[in-house]
Amino acid sequence: MSTATDTIESLVKQEYKYGFVTDVESESTPPGLSEETIRHISAKKKEPTWLTDWRIKAFRYWQTMTEPTWQFVKYPKIDFQDISYFSQPKPPANAPKSLDEVDPKLLETYEKLGIPLREHAKLAGVAVDAIFDSVSVGTTYREDLAKKGIIFCSFSEAVQEHPDLVKKYLGSVVPYTDNYYAALNSAVFTDGSFCYIPKGVRCPMELSTYFRINAAKSGQFERTLIVADDGASVSYLEGCTAPMRDENQLHAAVVELVALESSEIKYSTVQNWYPGDENGKGGIYNFVTKRGLCKGRNSRITWTQVETGSAITWKYPSCILLGDGSKGEFYSVAVVNNYQQADTGTKMIHIGKNTKSTIVSKGISAGHGQNSYRGLVEIRKSAENARNFSQCDSMLIGAKCGAHTFPYIEVKNTSSRVEHEASTSKIGEDQIFYCNSRGLETQDAVNMIVNGFCKEVFKELPMEFAVEAQKLLGVSLEGSVG
Amino acid sequence: MSKQPILEIENLHAGVENKQILKGFSLTINAGEVHALMGLNGSGKSTLAAILAGRDGYEVTQGSVKYYGKDLLELDPEERAREGLFLAFQYPVEIPGVNSTYFLKASLNEIRKHQGLPELDAIDFLTLVKEKMKLLELNEDLLKRSVNSGFSGGEKKRAEIFQMAVLEPKLAILDETDSGLDIDALKTVSTGVNKLRRPDSAQLVITHYQRLLNYIVPDFVHVMADGRIIKSGDKSLALELESKGYDWLIKHT
Repeated sequence: MSTATDTIESLVKQEYKYGFVTDVESESTPPGLSEETIRHISAKKKEPTWLTDWRIKAFRYWQTMTEPTWQFVKYPKIDFQDISYFSQPKPPANAPKSLDEVDPKLLETYEKLGIPLREHAKLAGVAVDAIFDSVSVGTTYREDLAKKGIIFCSFSEAVQEHPDLVKKYLGSVVPYTDNYYAALNSAVFTDGSFCYIPKGVRCPMELSTYFRINAAKSGQFERTLIVADDGASVSYLEGCTAPMRDENQLHAAVVELVALESSEIKYSTVQNWYPGDENGKGGIYNFVTKRGLCKGRNSRITWTQVETGSAITWKYPSCILLGDGSKGEFYSVAVVNNYQQADTGTKMIHIGKNTKSTIVSKGISAGHGQNSYRGLVEIRKSAENARNFSQCDSMLIGAKCGAHTFPYIEVKNTSSRVEHEASTSKIGEDQIFYCNSRGLETQDAVNMIVNGFCKEVFKELPMEFAVEAQKLLGVSLEGSVG
Repeated sequence: MSKQPILEIENLHAGVENKQILKGFSLTINAGEVHALMGLNGSGKSTLAAILAGRDGYEVTQGSVKYYGKDLLELDPEERAREGLFLAFQYPVEIPGVNSTYFLKASLNEIRKHQGLPELDAIDFLTLVKEKMKLLELNEDLLKRSVNSGFSGGEKKRAEIFQMAVLEPKLAILDETDSGLDIDALKTVSTGVNKLRRPDSAQLVITHYQRLLNYIVPDFVHVMADGRIIKSGDKSLALELESKGYDWLIKHT
C-alpha cells in the first residue's frame, strides 16, 4: 500500500503544478439559473461556441421538462433557483490550517478505512503547500500515458486541447433530451474527466490511483466521457472511500462511456458522500446518469459500484449492447443505513446479435433505510441469441428497514434467454448469537456476514479497493445492530 | 493446592417472561470430569445451556454461576467464549456466504488474542485444521462450505465437535448432541468427544436418552426435573433411568 501512497502524495502535489483541475476562478455566480448564468459559466471557461450553444439548447429543453416522480425515494422539492451553479473551491481562509483543527471523528474514520496518514490532510481539506519533488512518480505516470497516446485530463482541458474528440462523442450516449437531470447537467456541468485510449492500447495502470485525491474537489455537476478505440482497454475508478462532505446538496453527474470494436472499459465507483445524520437531516442527493455504449463488435463494458453514502442514491449505470457479440456487466453493492434511500439498478439494452449481459445486485438495508433495485433487461427484435443473467439479492438488518425490487423484462426476440434470480435474507439474532458464542463481537459478526453476502461483487473491484470496500462496509454499518 | 472448580452453579432460579424454569439448580464441575445431565423435555435442560452460553431473553432471579471463581453471568457471550466456554448447539444455525474455515480461524484468533497467545496465520491454521480433521475422521470438503450451509443434521453436529476440537475449550457444553443422529453418526461424534477429553478441561453432556452415554461414558450423572437436579449418581444411574423410566425416578426421589 505504501507505493500507492507515495504515488498519490506526489500526484496531489503534481496537480497544483500542472493545473489538473482547471476550475480556478475568482468569483462565484449568485444563485439562480438562467441563460445568462450559463453563458457566463461558458465564457469564464473560455468554451468554443459550439459547446455554449449545446448548453443553451440543453437548458431550453430542460425548461420544457417536468421533474420525474416515479422513483421510490422521497425528498423535499428542490429549488433550482436557489443553487449557485458556479462557485470556487473553499477559500483558504476558511480551511483548517492543520490536522489539529479537523474533527477528530473524521480522522478516526480515515483510520478505520485504512487510509494512510499522509492522505488525511488533503482529504480533510487542509490547505496543502505546493512543494514537490523534482522527480515525482506522478510525472512518470503522466509521461507513461502520453507515450502511449492516452489522453487523460479534466473535461475542461479536453474541450480546449481535444475539441474534436469531445464534440464527436459528447451527448452520443446520454443526449440532453434523455432525462431531467441529464438535461440540467448538460446545461450547467462544471468539470469532470475525459479519457481517450487509442487503437490497440491497453492502459498500463488503474486510472483509479490517479484519481483518488482529486475526488475531494468533485464538482456538483460532473461530466465524464471515456472513449476506448478499437482494441483498447481501460479500468477507471471514481470516488473515494473517505466520507466526503459538500455544501452543495444536489449532485447530478453524467458519465458516458463509448467502447469501440473489441475494446473494454471497466468503470468502478466507490461512493461515500455524506449520508446525512442519524435522523436523516442533511446529506447529499446523488442523482446520476451513467451509460455505456458498446458500439463496436465484441466490445465490453463493466460497471461495478459500491454505494454506501449519500442521503439519496438514484442511478442506473447501463449498457447499450449495439455491437454484435458485445457484453455488458453490472456489479453493485448498495448500502442504506439510518434514513438513507437508494433507487438504483441498471438497464441492459440488447440490440446486436449474440449479446450478453450479467447483473449482480446486492442491496443491504439497515436502520430505517429504504433500498430499491430497479432493473431493465430489454431484448429488442434485432437481438438474436441474446443472453442475460440477473441476480438481485437483498439483505435486511433489523426490523425497520426496507428492500424493494422493480425488475422489468421486455423481450421481443424469442431466441433469447433471460434468467432472473432474487433472494431476501435477514441477519438473524440466532446467527449473531452463534458468532458471539464463538468469541466474535456482534459488529464483527455483522461485517463478516455482510461481506460474505457481497463477495461476488467485491471480487470484481480493482484489488486495492476491494480491501477498502470491505472496511467501508464495516464503517457504514456501524451501530446497525444492537 | 486445591483446584478451583471450573463451574459452580448455586441455587439458580431463572425464567422467561414471568415463567420460572430453573428452580434452585445447583451443580459443581471440576477439571477432568464428564457430567451427564438428563431430563425430559420441559425439565429446563435447554434453558440451562442457553443461560450458561449467555443467550438473551432469560432472567436470573436468584442464585449464582461461577466460572473459575468469576461471575459468569456478568460476561457477554463472546467474552465467555474467549474465556474457554464452548456450547455445541442442539440446532446449529446456518450462516450462508461465510466460509467455515474463515469463520473458525477468526474465532480461534479472537480466543487466542484474549488469552495472550499469538494469532495463527492462514498456513498455521490450515495445518492445525488438517490435524484435527484426521483426529475426528472428518471429510475435508466440509471446510470449503459456508458455516453449516446445506449441512445435514449429522454433518452439523460433527461440525460442532470439530469446532470444539480446534478451539480446545475449558468447559464444553454439549446440548443434545445426539438428537437427530443415527447410530453411526452417534458413534463418530462420541469418539470425537472422547478424544477431546483432557485433565484440565471438563464436559457437560446434556441428553434425553441413555444411549449416548454408552459411548460418552460420564463420571457423574444428574437427573433433572422441574427445573432442578433431583438425583445424582455415577454412570449406573443412567442405566437405572433407562430401565425404570423418569416417572419412577421422580416418584422415588
